[in-house]
Amino acid sequence: MFGYYMDLALRSLRRNKVLTALMVLAIAVGIGASMTTLTVMHLLSGDPLPGKSGTLFYPQVDADPTNDYSHTDPLDVMDYRSAVDLWSAHRADRQALIVDSKLKVQAPEVNLPSLMEMMLSTTSDFFPMFDVPFQYGSGWSADDDEKHARVAVISADLNNKLFGGTNSVGRALRLRDTDVRIVGVLKPWRPSPQFYMVAGGRFANGQTDDFYTKPEDVFTPFTSGLEINDGNFWQFTCWHMPDTPGHLQNAPCVWIRLWVELGSAAKVADYRSFLAGYAAQQKALGRITHADNTRLRSLMQWLDLNHVVPSDVHLQTWLAFAFLAICLFNTVGLLLAKFLRRSGEIGVRRALGASRRAVFAQCLVEAGLIGLLGGIGGWLLTLIGLWLVRRQPTVYADMAYLDASMFFTTFVLAIMVSLLAGALPALRASRIAPALQLKTL
Amino acid sequence: MTVHPILAALRRHKAGVSLIVLQIALTLAIVCNAVFIIGQRIERLNRPTGIDESNLIKISQAWVGAPSGDDAASIEKLDALQRTDLDTLRSLPDVKEVAASESLPLSGIIWSSDISLSPEDKGLTAQSAYYYGDEHLRSTLGLHLIAGRDFNAGDILHHTIRSTDVSPVIIVAKPVADKLFPQGDALGKTVYLDGKKPSTIVGIVEQLQTPTTASWGNPFAYNSVLLPVRLDGTSASYAIRTRPGREQAVMHEARKALLAVNPMRIMPDAWGIQSFSDIRAKAYRADRGMAILMGTVCLILLGVTAAGIVGLTSFWVGQRHRQIGVRRALGARRIDILHYFQIENLMIAGIGVVLGVLLAVGLNLWLMAHYEMARIPLFYMTAAVLAMLALGQAAVFVPARRASNVPPVVATRAA
Repeated sequence: MFGYYMDLALRSLRRNKVLTALMVLAIAVGIGASMTTLTVMHLLSGDPLPGKSGTLFYPQVDADPTNDYSHTDPLDVMDYRSAVDLWSAHRADRQALIVDSKLKVQAPEVNLPSLMEMMLSTTSDFFPMFDVPFQYGSGWSADDDEKHARVAVISADLNNKLFGGTNSVGRALRLRDTDVRIVGVLKPWRPSPQFYMVAGGRFANGQTDDFYTKPEDVFTPFTSGLEINDGNFWQFTCWHMPDTPGHLQNAPCVWIRLWVELGSAAKVADYRSFLAGYAAQQKALGRITHADNTRLRSLMQWLDLNHVVPSDVHLQTWLAFAFLAICLFNTVGLLLAKFLRRSGEIGVRRALGASRRAVFAQCLVEAGLIGLLGGIGGWLLTLIGLWLVRRQPTVYADMAYLDASMFFTTFVLAIMVSLLAGALPALRASRIAPALQLKTL
Repeated sequence: MTVHPILAALRRHKAGVSLIVLQIALTLAIVCNAVFIIGQRIERLNRPTGIDESNLIKISQAWVGAPSGDDAASIEKLDALQRTDLDTLRSLPDVKEVAASESLPLSGIIWSSDISLSPEDKGLTAQSAYYYGDEHLRSTLGLHLIAGRDFNAGDILHHTIRSTDVSPVIIVAKPVADKLFPQGDALGKTVYLDGKKPSTIVGIVEQLQTPTTASWGNPFAYNSVLLPVRLDGTSASYAIRTRPGREQAVMHEARKALLAVNPMRIMPDAWGIQSFSDIRAKAYRADRGMAILMGTVCLILLGVTAAGIVGLTSFWVGQRHRQIGVRRALGARRIDILHYFQIENLMIAGIGVVLGVLLAVGLNLWLMAHYEMARIPLFYMTAAVLAMLALGQAAVFVPARRASNVPPVVATRAA
């Protein structure tokens, strides 16, 4: 029966090519627009560490003793003292201190001009904790953190630039005025968003493109990094002017991020009470005043709070779906016209014994076929749309590709839309009274 | 012509009519909001910077192996490097003026702090962006001095960004002067930068946008202060005013000349030497992209809606072929048939736009609640309503004319 309906549908589509083309085009354009934005949305709003993100947490303490702001939420990052205290307590399965800074990078053995790169200074747990993939070598050890070792891990990009992609482990790198030894080279690593640096999204008014920048190109132990690039660390914010800007170890400023890995619910509860205890103790010491204002958010909660997906992307997605809705209405109207124009033919079929259900099914097959054609067109338009996105100067442009799940979503969406569009016209067509139609023939 | 028969006919096509009504309403709501967003973006990227943007070049570069300490010897060495560069640039042909200039409007590099009337940072303050530069800064940027004097060579200090020194004289932009001294007597008054040592306002410039276009900078978008400081550091930036039309030539020559003086510097193509028009284009790229995208979507939407109207009206014309013939045979003129379909469309579109205006207002309120959006002015609504009605009339014209061409003889053919 399905084959026969297919045959009827093809005949019907061929009978009025302009109308068919109009419907297919409407669905294709609607699908193309919504799949392009949906893919970008999918890319930006996904889980950066699937399977692992549930165990990663972002502790916050409110170290600002002033009453200059409302203290409804602690400041987004931590001061040196609190961060280092919490880190050295080693109360989590793994923990990483993070701070970034810009500095001059050069490979002394390679005759290339120096580069200005971002350096991430962190502790040894960073790499296993965030599943960072290595191409050569490995991260440094906890011992290296302790000893302020002059070692570094570099990105695949930088390795290609400086060493032509060869194994550069053991070679030297000049960071500002200090020579360090390369101990590891990363594989291409592009978490979306660059979750470990996310902060301040609440104040960005939706302009959060920067959360999707590439990871830093140079990684050094936290202790070493602070020494190598001393004087060039910039605050997230301060409650007083720092005495020596750029050197913030004792400044009334917040500038360091701390991430912890907690493997079980019990550990999370433990860490939460540890955090509260630490804040209370610091209050007793008179260093902080808002001791009850601590937070321990999971990675995904933290990303949500920071509204990581830029508002322009949200807006585009809404726009695209409204667009699809209009295309849907359009298709409903055209299908209605098409089916009802064939009232006579349907009347004959009904008179010859076709049930309402059969007429309904036949009409839906036709609608589904239009959906399939529209889906193919929509897929092509999505590819063009993503190509356009990649040509945009946004930081996440390089990631805009259609993956397999989005490819299938395209067709599922197209056929669903067309079946939805076909339902009402098909229902109307199946209700045609055969007697009335036969009379007018 | 009475509307009664039209209403009677519409009542028999409820499904088709409500589809067109919905489509028109949705299209109106979306197009109206999208066009408003486009309008806002265009307004944003047409904001004046206050500087004379033509024939202006910015050079940013970093020296390799320059001292990075804060000791006097390092600072003097860095300052000497910078003065050599400034002299080199000044000696180039086609260069009118050169200034040490840490930042420019739209360039994104911003140092900002509060300026207050008392050293304790209490009372009236104005958050402002600092423009560090030498005595050539104001004239090179083409800023209009409306009161007081320009910096002279004796005013110029030089230190690193980390220094806590405060310059005793400053020039402020008019919004800063107006905020701190509403009586308009800012000239010669003392203010405190970062609540530290006092500075005297020696000049007021008419308008100068801060270097950032990010939304957090909106509350103080034109609060700018010029500081007579040549910032020393391992990197330095310069502003160059060229003779008219010689931008490209100077950019080329400047690169050659600077590398000839000292080849040990980082000055990449991407941000090393840029004309101000490049800086403007980069700063507003995202806004322009969004405006173009919205515009394209609107055009396609209007096209889809028009196609929907054409399709459904054509169907109705076909369905009523005989009735039209009968009407013609009974004396209706072609123009009557044409008007019938046009009025029918006007009524459908009329319901559509009423519904659409409600939807548009609802969508606007929702956008205001969730995103940075203002209320849509009445003008946009009216324009959108008229545009939708016109679109309906344009779309209906072809099928309506076909209907008016149905010959009366159709009435006599087989029933």
